[in-house]
Amino acid sequence: MSAEAPDSLDGPVEAPSVAFRRVTKRYPGADEPALAELELEVPGGEICVFVGPSGSGKTTAMRMVNRMVEITEGDILVGSTSVRQRSPAQLRREMGYVIQQIGLFPHRTVADNIATVPRLLGWDRKRVEARVEELLELVRIDPALRDRYPAQLSGGQQQRVGVARALAANPGVMLMDEPFGAVDPSNRERLQNEFLRLQAEVRKTILFVTHDIDEAIKMGDRIAILREGGRLAQYATPAELLMAPADDFVEDFVGADRALKRLALMRVSDIDLWEAPLAHVGQATSEARAKLPEAEVPYVLVIDAERRPLGWLSDDDLLAETVPAKPGTSPDPVLELDDVMRDALSDLLQAETRYAPVVDSEGLIAGVLSVEIISEFLTSPEALTEERPAAERPLG
Amino acid sequence: MIELSLPIAFLHSFTGAFDFILHQREAQTRFVQVGGLGQVWELTRTHLEVSGLALAGSLALALPVGAALGHRGRGEMFAIGLGNAGRAVPELAVIAFLVAFIGIGLRNVVLALMVLGIPPILTNTFVAVKQVDRDAVGAARGIGMRETQILTRIQLPLAVPTIMSGVRTAAINIVATATIAPLAGVLTLGDFILSRNVYGDQGVLAGAILVALLALIVELSLAGVQWLLTPRGLALQRERAAA
Amino acid sequence: MIPVIAATVKVMLPLAQLPSNFVHHHSTTTCVAENRFFCADWAAHNFDRYVDPALKQALLVSVSVAVGFTVAMGLALLSHRQPKLAPTFTGLTGVLYTVPSVAFFFLLLPITGFGTDTAVIALSAYTLQIIYRNIVAGLANVPEEAKDAGRGMGMSQRDLLWRVELPLAVPEIVAGLRVATVSTVALATLAFFAGAGGLGQQIYSDLTFKTNIIIAGGLAMLMAILFDLVLLVIQRLATPWLRAGAS
Repeated sequence: MSAEAPDSLDGPVEAPSVAFRRVTKRYPGADEPALAELELEVPGGEICVFVGPSGSGKTTAMRMVNRMVEITEGDILVGSTSVRQRSPAQLRREMGYVIQQIGLFPHRTVADNIATVPRLLGWDRKRVEARVEELLELVRIDPALRDRYPAQLSGGQQQRVGVARALAANPGVMLMDEPFGAVDPSNRERLQNEFLRLQAEVRKTILFVTHDIDEAIKMGDRIAILREGGRLAQYATPAELLMAPADDFVEDFVGADRALKRLALMRVSDIDLWEAPLAHVGQATSEARAKLPEAEVPYVLVIDAERRPLGWLSDDDLLAETVPAKPGTSPDPVLELDDVMRDALSDLLQAETRYAPVVDSEGLIAGVLSVEIISEFLTSPEALTEERPAAERPLG
Repeated sequence: MIELSLPIAFLHSFTGAFDFILHQREAQTRFVQVGGLGQVWELTRTHLEVSGLALAGSLALALPVGAALGHRGRGEMFAIGLGNAGRAVPELAVIAFLVAFIGIGLRNVVLALMVLGIPPILTNTFVAVKQVDRDAVGAARGIGMRETQILTRIQLPLAVPTIMSGVRTAAINIVATATIAPLAGVLTLGDFILSRNVYGDQGVLAGAILVALLALIVELSLAGVQWLLTPRGLALQRERAAA
Repeated sequence: MIPVIAATVKVMLPLAQLPSNFVHHHSTTTCVAENRFFCADWAAHNFDRYVDPALKQALLVSVSVAVGFTVAMGLALLSHRQPKLAPTFTGLTGVLYTVPSVAFFFLLLPITGFGTDTAVIALSAYTLQIIYRNIVAGLANVPEEAKDAGRGMGMSQRDLLWRVELPLAVPEIVAGLRVATVSTVALATLAFFAGAGGLGQQIYSDLTFKTNIIIAGGLAMLMAILFDLVLLVIQRLATPWLRAGAS
């Protein structure tokens, strides 16, 4: 194997830097440039994520690196060589290319798909064969699948074959356009983690396009945020981006999304709940009314003898002498302490109510969750910190 | 001069053919006058009559059956198989079968030509109606259209281009086969071609030119009909997809 | 009306260049004399006379479809590189498809003469539209992402065409070939008008003899089915990825 070291994964790989030098792309007939004077440098062996709304030129920027899109002005250097001085076909054979639809050739087997570029480069059969074996192992595809056709693979398997195909000629640079975009959400996270593990091993220079800021924060060593009109809004590490957004656009793009994402990681029990005035069935309503002015929640919650919530007192109920066993307003939705915060919020919004009783695992009242508590949390500094960028986390 | 001789002979044949079309002359077999616009018109009329009746008959049978099957999504084997089988039927064999088994004459020729006209129309109608955008059909059902309304107001209009391409194939087959109808006693333009002993070489070539022209005119007219029948929105959608 | 027809039928026969009414020369059985539905005895004794015409017709069809395929492929590749040409080619092949083959044969006679060449030209011209349209559609339906991936890996236009686009278009190309071939078998029964012989000549030689019509017409249809099956097998062999059951 070591005799064939140049294309093996064993030895250290020289992954070149990729530098954009005031790169502009104008399409004929368009008023605004698709990309305006992009200037940034991706150090060798790092993942740079291009992220931004549609029309921000992120895919255009990536596709200019292998000249799938021609540069109008400026230059892109791979290592110290301008891409303009290379023939497109040569250039592309030296770069891995993964797209959202994966683009496996449906008429070729897994092994033939992976062998595409090595064959274009004229490798001999043995070397191609050995390389395919090696890659299947690297992306953890069962070697028994090598003679299957793409239609016989799951989405996740197809995606991994796509990555293996891009890695086949051991390129220094990988271009990935929403590579996990077509994979269902439940598999996406696993593939992302697998890919980070792989990258720790192969250390390519990767240009990665996504519209998903969560994915960008997870995958990127650096993130380039682009805005409409193809202008670079900020180029920074994920940590810098979260702590010090350069302007309102970046803050908008990063902020709201990120805080909401935190809700998915929290449970209702992680937050300080409010307390509602409580009333037992049969109790005089005057006592309940007396508690209202000072309460956090301006409604009286009726509970049974075991402290299970029965409902909210309606205005009519409050006019009666005693607290009824069937209060006028239903307690729904009743949340549990173990509920994920994002689901709790969506229950509240769906029921069009501002307050919901929260019960513990035995169904006993533990407090009240309100829309206000959640929105206060979202705007608190606590929600905006604690995010650790991919670079500082253990891989895999 | 030698290299010019072929084009000149060629031109000569064609001027002779046009002369045959325009002016009457004595038949090869003597005693009768043939050719000229009068006879051309008479044979053209019969050619169109037999073709038109056959096409109308094919439409009357194939369109409702194809549409009904397509709407229910049933009988795919039958509809597709009929189309495939229809292509394999030799035109000459149909006419010969007619002559040997049924008998000659206009009505029988029309029936024989329908054998060639029905399959493409039925198959295309079936496929076209069945393939109409499921969303459009679902939406129609959703707003409370009855099944017949869905078929006539949604599926058939959207199926026009595919149905018409079947109709055009059928028409081409029918007009082409009507050329050999004189074998079964119906004197169409094909008579010029088939009865060389009567009309001579110039008559044969004249017949070939006339049949070719007639087929092209029929095809162009039907293309026009298709354009008129295709809903505007559908045409726009296709233009956009092509762009 | 009837005498006219009889006269017409009679004068046509020399054109077919056959001894007239071979039935009466060779057979005297009651079945044949009464022209019953199907005379098995006669068929068994005279089947030989259909073999050569059938083979000749099969060859004519093969050559015509091969020529048509070559030309259509050339046109399709040209318009694939230069899409502006597509409407012209579509129109041109459409006209050739529309002209009835009998008329086509006789239009060609002053130029190419009486013989197999004329039949091949007319029959292959007829196949152009069907095959051309299917090749173009097949190439157009190749998934964009497969082409993008190919380009992104450094394939040249040529690589892309031969390694990705044409293989993926095979099912539609063969579908076109099948339709064209089956239609051509049927049309080739008329090729004797151009002097190319075939089963049509047998049919034409005695239009009223039922057994003859059934044998010759049946053989022509059988030939169409056989050609279709052969192409179907070729298609299945050429596209193994379509048979691999999708998971």
